[in-house]
Amino acid sequence: MKKILMPFVMVIVLALIPYLAVHYAGLTYLFGVIVPYTAAAVLVLGVLWRLFNWMRRPVPFCIPTTCGQEKSFAWIKHNPIENPTNSWQAGIRVLTEVLFFRSLFRNTKAEWHKDANLAYGSHKWLWLGGLVFHWSLLIIVLRHARFFFVMVPGFVDILDYADGFFDIILPTFYVTDALALAAVTFLFVRRLRDAKMRILSLPTDYFPLFLIGAIVVVGVLMRYVVRLNIMPVKDQMLRLVNFSFDAPGEIGTLFYVHIFLVSVLAIYFPFSKLMHAGAIFLSPTRNLANNSRIKRHINPWNKDIKFKTYSEYEDDYRDKMKKANLPLEKQ
Amino acid sequence: MSKYVSKMSELKIELDKKPSVLKGNYSPQDWWDLPVEFHDGNWCFPGKPEVLQELGFPNPRKWAATDADWQLPADWKKTISDGLQSRLKKYRSMKLFLDSCIRCGACADKCHFFLGTGDPKNMPVLRAELLRSVYRNDFPLVEKILKGFSGARQLTPEVIKEWHMYFNQCTECRRCSVFCPLGIDTAEITMLVRELLNLIGVNNNWILAPVANCNRTGNHLGIEPHTFVQNIESLADDVKELTGVAVNPTFNRKGAEVLFITPSGDVFGDPGVYTMMGYMLLFHHVGLDYTISTYASEGGNFGMFTSNDMMKKINAKMYHEAERLGVKWMLGGECGHMWRVVNQYMSTMNGPADFLEQPVSPITGTRFSNAAATKMVHIVEFTADLIHHKKLKLDPKRNDHLRTTFHDSCNIARGMGMFEEPRYVLNNVCNTFHEMPENTIREKTFCCGSGSGLNAEEYMEIRMKGGLPRAHAVKYVKERHKVDSLVTICAIDRASLTPLMKYWNPGVAVYGLHELVGNALIMDGEKKRTTDLRENTMAGFEDGGDDEE
Repeated sequence: MKKILMPFVMVIVLALIPYLAVHYAGLTYLFGVIVPYTAAAVLVLGVLWRLFNWMRRPVPFCIPTTCGQEKSFAWIKHNPIENPTNSWQAGIRVLTEVLFFRSLFRNTKAEWHKDANLAYGSHKWLWLGGLVFHWSLLIIVLRHARFFFVMVPGFVDILDYADGFFDIILPTFYVTDALALAAVTFLFVRRLRDAKMRILSLPTDYFPLFLIGAIVVVGVLMRYVVRLNIMPVKDQMLRLVNFSFDAPGEIGTLFYVHIFLVSVLAIYFPFSKLMHAGAIFLSPTRNLANNSRIKRHINPWNKDIKFKTYSEYEDDYRDKMKKANLPLEKQ
Repeated sequence: MSKYVSKMSELKIELDKKPSVLKGNYSPQDWWDLPVEFHDGNWCFPGKPEVLQELGFPNPRKWAATDADWQLPADWKKTISDGLQSRLKKYRSMKLFLDSCIRCGACADKCHFFLGTGDPKNMPVLRAELLRSVYRNDFPLVEKILKGFSGARQLTPEVIKEWHMYFNQCTECRRCSVFCPLGIDTAEITMLVRELLNLIGVNNNWILAPVANCNRTGNHLGIEPHTFVQNIESLADDVKELTGVAVNPTFNRKGAEVLFITPSGDVFGDPGVYTMMGYMLLFHHVGLDYTISTYASEGGNFGMFTSNDMMKKINAKMYHEAERLGVKWMLGGECGHMWRVVNQYMSTMNGPADFLEQPVSPITGTRFSNAAATKMVHIVEFTADLIHHKKLKLDPKRNDHLRTTFHDSCNIARGMGMFEEPRYVLNNVCNTFHEMPENTIREKTFCCGSGSGLNAEEYMEIRMKGGLPRAHAVKYVKERHKVDSLVTICAIDRASLTPLMKYWNPGVAVYGLHELVGNALIMDGEKKRTTDLRENTMAGFEDGGDDEE
């Protein structure tokens, strides 16, 4: 299928570019210094721009989706998270969405049975797969902090220890590496296996999956298979974070593939659906309190409109109203 | 039952046979290659030219969705793209929802129209994608190099037809937004696209005619003041005949404490009128000092299904009339989308209502602090408070001839969150109440399939398909608990669930909650009651057997 092949080929080509360029043309400065800096700049500026571009638009109406009991009487139990009445409660609602994918936890799967029978079962696989995917990636990214500091920060050691709990091989095997790969595979396979997912998926859904998958695979290869010497890698990363534009030392080619794919992801991020990471904080159906009956929500562009006033109405119907003994403003 | 839908047995076979993505036996085909086909039963009649002229809406003409040429105005493309751009500037929600979808598919099988039709473009994600694919066309260069990568496409007349079809197979019920991990609300997108389509004269008469009526006469049904009064008075006569109690509603009365506004369907339509009788009995029972307006005689708001401006315009009459009459606060009847507007839009659009007081129940003294800004209380909140304070004399046995279940209306559920109050009231006025399955009630409730102005007769096929998930959940309690009464707090539900039940679950009748309240109320000075408000015999109250039936 073209929808899947196109992004797959794109990722392969993207991985080959730095490999060939460094291996055969020795363009280490381009791929070790210029591209990462450019990518970091695009990521930071791009994300800021996108956030600003959303936030400058008004939120004219208070439109939370209420998924729990409203606050009414003292004797009826209010659900402050699913139907918040103040910003604190709404804040908790957003945080539980961000950290635990609260809405996805509700997921059900509908099944059609013969004779127009519908059944809905609990279906938490997407929730679980998504949660594992995001949390693994987060821990992996945080673990990488050891490359950016001369002294490894304390939290990285803790993460390292926890993540390397299954200390069965050398170098220490990280659980998150396996989980991230498993989750990427799951997220990919579910798009293929279900007829609904097949038809609704776009190349832009497969591309980031393949790209992230490739980044993890290359990282795993470097760590467990090729056993790249990490000291020059750390030197190079320290140079980058210290804004030193020196040429990189002798580093294995795979490193350039890894950092190039990460750079591509960083550049792609602000212009793609990956921006959902920022959008979730702004979603008005989640981050607003359902208090528009208690406190007036202000619409900055609230437009003046002309409506039919009572006196115009009475003018139209005075005789009929009189006959019906309705009180009138003017006789 | 209707010439616009095949028989239930035939439709079942059709649905069982047809391959669909829901069943997983669907041949792979990209959604943008699927044809858009209009036939009898799947399109609403377009706005009549005279209705459009009355509203000052563009492109009045005679046309049909089955026409090859829809006679769009010459500059329609520019109108749509300019309209989209200007709305993206006004609504953060719009921009966010178009940008942030990850197509995870959590919403896919949550839409009642998708479940009922199996049509992939009824998956909320693809419904939004119909617009997104056009919106995304900002990077023509990328699209040229990587053709098909971003899923962008050109705006063509075919796309307009597709929008018309699928944004009218969305009832703005927000069920998908409950499940969306990013909180994307397809209702927002549907509201915007319908607004855009109205700019080029692609519309629905079943929405626009009520809007025009409401502007002219004060209510969707176009009832003029004298007829409006007559209708309610004849309902009061029926109440007198059935209960022996004279309830005396007043109209446009200055100085009343409360202005009561309910959807005009309660005044005119069966079975809404019985709910109206219930309201009047209740108000009489507690001696509420209320009045009904013939000018602000509509609780519903079909403007919401047309455009933001129209919603505001129709809603404006409520505060305007409350101020003129000098009431202290407002009480609203049972209605779904009315309460989405009152809860989430009214005060923002037409407030602040400083001329009103914070609502206090004159009977119990309860201060409705959750209505502090809008000054409008939901009738179910009002009644629940009365029951909680034991201010109502109720005999739930009078509803023993009914075995009930409760349908949460979409907007009350997901645009307000009133779940417990109606159940509390229902449990106090009847003895047999069974919940439908967990995944089909409360915030996960299924739409009736005819909301947001799609209640047209000529749309019956889509309505019966879209209503299938709701009907199926009712069937579940009907088979297990012999449920025969579907209780709702929405006027559209009362009008639309009735044919839906007749089609899928014959033998199940639809009731408004306050009709059951009216049945159960023991009124001072009432005569011996043997029938309910619909003149059906109540169980255990038979009249000594002199009835021939």
